Amino acid sequence: MLTLFALKILLISVFAGIVGSVLGLGGGIIVTPALTLLFGVDINHAIGASIISVIATSSGSAIAYIKDRITNLRVGMFLEIATTVGAITGAFLGAIIAPDWLYVIFGLLLLYSALAMIKKAKSELPENVEPHPLATKLKLHSHYYDKALQQEVHYNVANPYGGFGVMYGAGVISGLLGIGSGSFKVMAMDMFMKLPLKVSSATSNLMMGVTAAASAGVYLFRGDIDPRIAAPVALGVLTGATIGARIMQRLKNKTIRKLFIPILAYVAVQMIVQGLGGM
Amino acid sequence: MNEAMNKKQAKDEKIYDVEAAVSTFLRIGVLTSAAVIVTGLLLFLITGQSGYPEQTYPTTVTGIVTGLVEGKAYAIMMAGLSLLILTPVFRVAVSIFVFLKEKDYLYVIITSLVFLILMISFALGKIG
Repeated sequence: MLTLFALKILLISVFAGIVGSVLGLGGGIIVTPALTLLFGVDINHAIGASIISVIATSSGSAIAYIKDRITNLRVGMFLEIATTVGAITGAFLGAIIAPDWLYVIFGLLLLYSALAMIKKAKSELPENVEPHPLATKLKLHSHYYDKALQQEVHYNVANPYGGFGVMYGAGVISGLLGIGSGSFKVMAMDMFMKLPLKVSSATSNLMMGVTAAASAGVYLFRGDIDPRIAAPVALGVLTGATIGARIMQRLKNKTIRKLFIPILAYVAVQMIVQGLGGM
Repeated sequence: MNEAMNKKQAKDEKIYDVEAAVSTFLRIGVLTSAAVIVTGLLLFLITGQSGYPEQTYPTTVTGIVTGLVEGKAYAIMMAGLSLLILTPVFRVAVSIFVFLKEKDYLYVIITSLVFLILMISFALGKIG
């Protein structure tokens, strides 16, 4: 009975790890609803396990992504300043203001970017990106070997200020609401900084681990991380993330975008509904 | 021309070194934590004993360490999970030293700043 329970959670987590590592979303988007709806786990323990799943996706996929240089470490580090400061701001802001209108604003922003992504659905790689002087100074432009296209892809980075700003917002949102801000991270890098989608997804995954680790300590001490649930989640997601990292490299950016758009729209609508409901 | 290309290659090599070091570190961290979690989980499933009363588990550092020494299944699982939680933090710390070794001082500063903010957020203990 115990073994069956652990095995079921493990299997769902493998799936969550694959999805999370391919899309750069961390896997919480699947783990939380699966645990609450399918296994009747209470929401606190489900969120505790989903924090673990975010870290497992991040660290598990980063091994492959960094080695194969899909991740842009410099972009990640530069933007992590914005997300971590944002998260602290959000944590404080939460005590002062009601986040309802922020839900709506960010929901609309996500919806807009989902629509903008549809327009970009046919383009495989960003074209004619002007290298931004600050991005040049920060050595953000880079290249990676695309296993799907079987060629070395060189890319420039645009609009680091815009990307930094949205990342700060993503940090505030995750500090305020405690929700996975993976979709914002991918959006900031894809829409504003014009990185190839694979690079955005891999870099988002790397960054998410850092933000999640900062809050995981709090969850652990509060008792929200139940080993009976979190242990199989961790093992399953680690396995899934390793598999997902291999799959993602062989997918085309176009394919990843097609998978990403409906999930983005779903998260956007959910946020708007939640925001309006609280007003 | 040739010299310029060699220089660019040398610069690229350096970046690869940073990436290789960070990737290796992550691999060790992830494999260690997974091994510890597997050990705890198997112990729990085979013996059916968590080592703790119904519905409880250690949630403090001392609690986890004491339970670990006593070989309690839940404590071993929690220790593995704690290791996993620490991997991204260590990853940032390792990056500082690797950038320092590469003499990339701009990124030594940026990465140190991220690490500092992380520590502040831990101290504030209220980040989500």
